[in-house]
Amino acid sequence: MALDRTITADTDAEKSRELRANALWMALGIAALIVAPHFVYPLFLVKFLCMALFAIAFNLLIGGGGLLSFGHAAFFGGGAYIAAEAAKVWGLPFEAAVLAGTATAAFLGVLFGAIAIRRQGLYFAMITLALAQAVYFLALRLPFTHSEDGIQGVPRGWLLGIVDLRGNLALYYTVAGIFLLGYLFVWRVARSPFGQVLRAIKDNRPRMISLGYPVDRFILLNFVLSAALSGVAGSLKALSLGLATLTDVDWSTSGEVVLMVLLGGLGTLFGPVVGAALTVAMDDYLAGIGIPVPVVIGLIFIAVILVFRRGIVGEILHRLRH
Amino acid sequence: MSLNGLLAQLLLGLINGSFYAMLSLGLAIIFGLLGIVNVAQGAFYMLGAFIAWMALTYYGIGYWPALLLAPLLTAFVGIILERTIISRIYQLDHLYGLLLTLGIFQVMQGLFVYWYGTAGLSYSTPSPLTGGHNLGFMYLPNYRAWVVVASVAICFGTWYGIERTRLGAYLRAATENPTLVRAFGINVPLLVTAAFGGGVALAGLAGVLAAPIYQVNPLMGGNIIITVFAVVVIGGLGSILGSIVTGLTLGVLEGLSKVFYPEASSMVIFAMMIVVLMIKPAGLFGTER
Repeated sequence: MALDRTITADTDAEKSRELRANALWMALGIAALIVAPHFVYPLFLVKFLCMALFAIAFNLLIGGGGLLSFGHAAFFGGGAYIAAEAAKVWGLPFEAAVLAGTATAAFLGVLFGAIAIRRQGLYFAMITLALAQAVYFLALRLPFTHSEDGIQGVPRGWLLGIVDLRGNLALYYTVAGIFLLGYLFVWRVARSPFGQVLRAIKDNRPRMISLGYPVDRFILLNFVLSAALSGVAGSLKALSLGLATLTDVDWSTSGEVVLMVLLGGLGTLFGPVVGAALTVAMDDYLAGIGIPVPVVIGLIFIAVILVFRRGIVGEILHRLRH
Repeated sequence: MSLNGLLAQLLLGLINGSFYAMLSLGLAIIFGLLGIVNVAQGAFYMLGAFIAWMALTYYGIGYWPALLLAPLLTAFVGIILERTIISRIYQLDHLYGLLLTLGIFQVMQGLFVYWYGTAGLSYSTPSPLTGGHNLGFMYLPNYRAWVVVASVAICFGTWYGIERTRLGAYLRAATENPTLVRAFGINVPLLVTAAFGGGVALAGLAGVLAAPIYQVNPLMGGNIIITVFAVVVIGGLGSILGSIVTGLTLGVLEGLSKVFYPEASSMVIFAMMIVVLMIKPAGLFGTER
């Protein structure tokens, strides 16, 4: 699929240079994460990190296997609902609630994946969209989700029974830590033999089939990983902001995550983070001055596809290389 | 469950089904020639309903002129968008077309939500078609009967136009092999633009027909387009007749499920999609490609 250009180093020298550069950027990123809450309102950063994690999870699917899902809101929102229910009604602690949300998303991922990977390309996008809409209707109808109201007033609780998360700074550093783990996880997966096989499948599926790889199983596993990570993001969002609503499972959320990744740069590791930062900041700014957000989001969609399909980070990388 | 209620739901299902059929028919025509799954089809459906509403509210133009005016204006908007924006990405992967038309959809829906809110506006049933007839076994509202007859006629008219006329033959040929058709001296880009206009006009027409039954609401397009996608996955994008038959059948099934198990009625089409994907992944009328 032409949607993605993952860049891989070929020689050992290039590889070690890339690793060093990566380590440098990673150190800078961690430093930025540590000092950020002293400059920006922590809860805004928490929201950004949740969306960034969601975007990274989505990118995992596009980057490996090259599948464009249009139903990722189901995993994000499904995770959010169950985590919220777990913390509020079942009285589970923070980490258990996140795990419950993640498990739910992974389970949905298995179901969706088993059905959707029977088709590729456009059909895959339409099938995931339709399945996610079925989850939306469930969220509308099931009693525990409270329909239009959603689950509100979710307590944040304590992390491992030690850290009180009611303080915004404690919450921020917890979310930042989980985000970092998620980022490293995706980075590791992309460089693992598993990630290599996925890229090869994307480049030449028939060849991988004839080489004897269980192609569908690889793609399904990647899909489930992506879904589970989206569930982590949704759970964190629900627990941090204290609510899970229909917006989380709405197809506009699926569209928004596509935009974040597209804007930042499809298939680049850091692009989704940049895209998420811009989108979250824009949502916040536009809501303040009364310009309709969906119109602007739509216009950005059009502009990105017509003018810079590589996305911001992708375009920068491209310029640096040529 | 009374027979009357059952038949009323069946009729409503048939109406919904004919809207599904018209929308997926437009999708199939556009997909065939442009290779694009037009998400904005939902927005054009909404636009058709709004044009009818605006014509009546602001200019006093009634239902019957709107039935012609709205599809024409919708097609006009569609053709402008096709020429200025969509035609730029034909050489790219099909998925970009999906994303681009999603952007167009969001702009259109967002603007109408901004202008008119999400409460919905009512559009009264045109005067000769108010009321209904008591057929003895059921009460048949005149307007609903008209919608079924009109939309089924439009669907099969479109089918006839594509499968049985010379222009339709050009269209099918250009779908099959655009380069060769161009070599025969037929203006394929013009044909592509016309097909886009036609496909979009079908959505606009469905919007006008829907206006008196449902409220005119900016969100009406988003709600229906996802269901239409599921219909398209079930039927397969390839066939014109397939779109019509699948759309009508699924509408009726949905109507029936409202009678027997209302809680699941919104899910029944998605459930059907899953079953079809398990048995015949290419869709009922589709071919693997």
